[in-house]
Amino acid sequence: MSHGNKNQAAKVKEISGTNPLKCMKCGKCSASCPAFDKMDIKPHQFVSYVVNEDVEALAKCESLWVCLSCFACVERCPRDVKPGKIVDAARQIVVREKGGNYLSANEIPELVEEDLPQQLLVSAFRKFRR
Amino acid sequence: MEKYGLKSKFIRKGYRCMKYSYYPGCTLRTKAKKLDDYMRASAKVLGIELEEIENWQCCGGVYPLSSDEIATKLSSVRALNEAKEKGQDLVTLCSACHHVIKRVNDDMQNVEDIRTRANNYLKFDEPYNGETKVLHFLEILRDEIGFDKLKEKVVNPLTGKKIGAYYGCLLLRPSEILAFDNPENPTIIEEFIRALGAEAVIYPYRNECCGGYISLKAKDLSENMCNNIVNSADGFGAEMLVTACPLCQYNVTKNSEKDLPVIYFTEILAEALGVKEEVDAQ
Repeated sequence: MSHGNKNQAAKVKEISGTNPLKCMKCGKCSASCPAFDKMDIKPHQFVSYVVNEDVEALAKCESLWVCLSCFACVERCPRDVKPGKIVDAARQIVVREKGGNYLSANEIPELVEEDLPQQLLVSAFRKFRR
Repeated sequence: MEKYGLKSKFIRKGYRCMKYSYYPGCTLRTKAKKLDDYMRASAKVLGIELEEIENWQCCGGVYPLSSDEIATKLSSVRALNEAKEKGQDLVTLCSACHHVIKRVNDDMQNVEDIRTRANNYLKFDEPYNGETKVLHFLEILRDEIGFDKLKEKVVNPLTGKKIGAYYGCLLLRPSEILAFDNPENPTIIEEFIRALGAEAVIYPYRNECCGGYISLKAKDLSENMCNNIVNSADGFGAEMLVTACPLCQYNVTKNSEKDLPVIYFTEILAEALGVKEEVDAQ
């Protein structure tokens, strides 16, 4: 295991303000998740990846871009582990790197519809890029 | 009771002038103008005076979750401080603005690092430490006016209409900070619907997410979620849904197969108070 991964795992814990070791693996987060079907790494697994300091796998996973931060997992976690905050921290680590943006401004004209609310665009820009 | 903000109902109702600072937000000026217009007309009828924050800036749509994010929270702090300087509570209407501003305010109250760094940057005359009270317009109706009083003001009761409340995620979670209502079994919008004379339809998916910003790049995911919501509401007999969120309104309307109308809660409020036609004619 590289030092990079160890540092990255520490960073995830720091900016998410969570303690993944508190997880008792009940799976309630994944059972609550409305994006579960689309996730390659499920919310409860996300927590284990951070415990095992394998942030490299998290940085490449599809789940980063389908988590909605709807906070169903955070609200229902009986151990207050906050899986949604862990996913968001991993996403931040990716988009803060050069070339890490998931959404480009050039894509917007093709994606926009007539009555699409501004709220959607500002939210997507905050979540998908720096 | 205190947890869900009900305590203030007994302390404050009737003992203060109902004058507030108001933060509309970007979408209420553009695609969701009607959400704002219906609210303003209704507020006038109910004697709620709203002073729009001068030079407000967009809240950013989503709350920045990382503990080291400061710059992205400053627009909310500016709005909160302006309300504080006027000595007023800050009223929001859009679910997203409410969510972001309320959570940033919690940071300013409880997270020393964010509070110090935001104040060092903003250099207000006096540091802002989370003094402002943030209220969603629905909370004004429940806690300051009271649904019993609202009922008395209804001139055009919506008798016979079966309306489902669609809460979505932003108003309810995380409940320890939003303190809006019970996150798993909320009642505020149902009570609101009943006060207007309509029947409130309770269905299981009312506090599930619509997909939010995901519909930009993964429409199919939002479609899946919105179909669940609409099928659930339809199955329990709802004829329409009401929401406080422009993005929920857009997603649930666009990304579901059934033709169930999804409108803003302020529209049925204006209708029941007899001011909807006046707004529509503007």
